[in-house]
Amino acid sequence: MNYLYAAYAATWIIHGSYLCSLAIRYRRLKREMKDLKPRP
Amino acid sequence: MKKAFPILAILTAALLGYAFYEAMFVAPTDQMQGDVYRIIYYHVPSGWTMFVFFFTNFIASIVYLIRRNPKADAVAVAAAEVGLVFCTVVLVTGPLWARPVWGIWWTWDWRLTSTLVLWLIYASYLILRRFSTGGQTPVLAAALAVFGALDMPLVYFSIWFFRTQHPQPVVGGGGSIDPSMLRVWMISWAAFLCFGWLVFWLRYRLEIFKREVEETHSLEAMLEEPRFR
Repeated sequence: MNYLYAAYAATWIIHGSYLCSLAIRYRRLKREMKDLKPRP
Repeated sequence: MKKAFPILAILTAALLGYAFYEAMFVAPTDQMQGDVYRIIYYHVPSGWTMFVFFFTNFIASIVYLIRRNPKADAVAVAAAEVGLVFCTVVLVTGPLWARPVWGIWWTWDWRLTSTLVLWLIYASYLILRRFSTGGQTPVLAAALAVFGALDMPLVYFSIWFFRTQHPQPVVGGGGSIDPSMLRVWMISWAAFLCFGWLVFWLRYRLEIFKREVEETHSLEAMLEEPRFR
């Protein structure tokens, strides 16, 4: 059963980490865009 | 899509929860392997979903090579990345199933090795896209994707044509599976496909946004040059 739990947990750790990486990249790009925009 | 996204996300989460419940509590226990066989309800649907995204990358790369359409290129990048995530799940859950059932974590048979090669091909594709700065990068990446996709049939048919340690096909390959197990497999695949599609959409939007930021950067750089003032 431990292998089963490990496999299910690993699946969601991989997907969760990827979603976190997407969120981080999105935040970084948003900040970059914000820094670029205020020019009159 | 932007407005429908939260609703689709909730529905997908519910479907994933239902698939988990079916896989853990409804699907019958395998007589030979016991409960550990339930790993296949995550392993196999992840593999099928991986194929869907790598195939999407293949088609989008061909479209880009023919039409030089930047949206096709964005689809290709997003599909390759999401496909690689699912491929990683396959390569991690596979050995976790193999250890208690085969007694080993890994063996260099056709199916396992070709899947690892597939992972390496798409990792190379993403590394190329990340670190190459030349204007020809999307063309080179698309060419790599088209040749890399040749590994997909090898992965899929390796268990049909070669003697492998990996189990033989039970769907469409002459094998059989209990209908109650097949049903859970399909529910799980539908859930992972919906989840993968939502993640793909997020990644695609991120790629489009990244290109907008890059264009704004280029415009800024041009405006800062003295001759444009």
